[in-house]
Amino acid sequence: MSTSARGPRQRWTGDSLYLLENLILKDFRVRYRNMSLGVLWSLINPLVMMGVLTFIFGRVFGGDRPPLFPVFVLCGLVPYNFFTLAFLSGTLSIVNSAPLVKRVPVPREIIPVVAVLSHVVHLLIQVALLIAFALGYGLRPSAAWLWLPVVWILYVIFLCGLSLGSSAINVYVRDTRYLVESFNMVLFYLVPIFYSFSIIPPRYAAIYQFNPVAAMVLATRNILLDGKAPPLSLVSNLVVVAGFTAALGLLIFSRLKPRFYEHI
Amino acid sequence: MSGPANANGAVRFDRVTKSFVQHAGRKLLRDRIADMVSPSRRRRLEVLKDVSFAVAPGESLGLVGPNGAGKSTLLNLAAGVLEPDSGTIEAGGRVGALLELGAGFHLDLTGAENLRIQAVLMGLSRRETHEKFEEIVEFSGVREFIGEPLRTYSYGMILRLAFAVAVGAAPDVLLIDEMIGVGDQAFQEKAHQKIQELRRAGHTILLASHAEDLIASLCDRAMWLERGRAIKIGTAQEVLAAYRNTATAER
Repeated sequence: MSTSARGPRQRWTGDSLYLLENLILKDFRVRYRNMSLGVLWSLINPLVMMGVLTFIFGRVFGGDRPPLFPVFVLCGLVPYNFFTLAFLSGTLSIVNSAPLVKRVPVPREIIPVVAVLSHVVHLLIQVALLIAFALGYGLRPSAAWLWLPVVWILYVIFLCGLSLGSSAINVYVRDTRYLVESFNMVLFYLVPIFYSFSIIPPRYAAIYQFNPVAAMVLATRNILLDGKAPPLSLVSNLVVVAGFTAALGLLIFSRLKPRFYEHI
Repeated sequence: MSGPANANGAVRFDRVTKSFVQHAGRKLLRDRIADMVSPSRRRRLEVLKDVSFAVAPGESLGLVGPNGAGKSTLLNLAAGVLEPDSGTIEAGGRVGALLELGAGFHLDLTGAENLRIQAVLMGLSRRETHEKFEEIVEFSGVREFIGEPLRTYSYGMILRLAFAVAVGAAPDVLLIDEMIGVGDQAFQEKAHQKIQELRRAGHTILLASHAEDLIASLCDRAMWLERGRAIKIGTAQEVLAAYRNTATAER
């Protein structure tokens, strides 16, 4: 247990899993304790958005719309919502945990991972809502539904990697926050939430092909609406993107973390 | 002076130097670009210069010196949240810092919830946290309010809870920065007793404080830091006397 200018040491000797559990619980409690509707808010937001989008693109614009349009929209909103919330809180997590970073030598990687995972509780509630709607619209569960946890776990890994990278960069360049916020807004239109993949002209297909949020929307629709497994190419794309993002995020994070202390 | 270098509770700093980049506070993109273009723009400020000392298990060392002398930096190096530029630091066993409000504490959570988080941060396992929960609550003296959100606590109550967790977790090396004067007279006495108890059990204490009487009563030895240098190390009485004389002379 020694340290020198050359050899960094791992000082914190506690139980990382127990810490992870406690910090996730803390985030979750802090978020919901002061709301009289508590966890219900995570149902109200997607329901309202679903209602608005169904009205605008189903009634106002009219025309051809995909069958089961409300469920179709919800399949787009749930992955999108999780992405925006987790990405933003992940990005801000290190800066917002300054007192912790400056006082306790816990593994720093835990902080952005906690920020992402604390939204998973929220996500599970929204997925339950999605399934309830699917059943309500007469869709029947099939073996393909078992793919849901698989793609969602890949998606969460992707977000952990993304947040590791962005949270570390945000320590040095605080403008990162505004980039993330603008990106999230633009993404709403670049992900097929209220339109279907089939109307995208082939020349723009590349914009969507490597977008994991779009891939998640597509996979969720394949699974729930069509009752079939997502195409293998889509799953393998998700695996590659999740793995690559996680590796890159960890690399950026470990490069930048030695100087967090003096920059936050 | 100290036991074997890696004995639990032993702390040793050997020629430790630590500097920070000046103007590290600016986070704008244009500053980053300017830094990349001309690295010479960055100046470093040496906060600790060539500091060496050793503390044996069960010993307590007080740190005195004016604001900005490097006391907190030294404690943070000992805690392992900072790495030195040069020199070596050895600290045997579990090292824990008494945390102030903000580092893990959240005002919207109850005393009990905060207590658990602090205990985990101090390095306690799930089992240890359960086992020590009652003892910590008892020692803090805030039992009646333990289910209430922390924002209903007085500042003194929060400090007592933080102190109770820190001593309850009983790290091999306990780091205390500034914050004492915890609670009322009765709690102060309890706190002193507890620290003496920890010392007898071989736990080491590093205490930075401006409260000289506290250092006089709790510490065997003291180190006087001034602008990052260790000016004097000796018994608490000696160092405090020298420190007091200079402070008066300068006035």
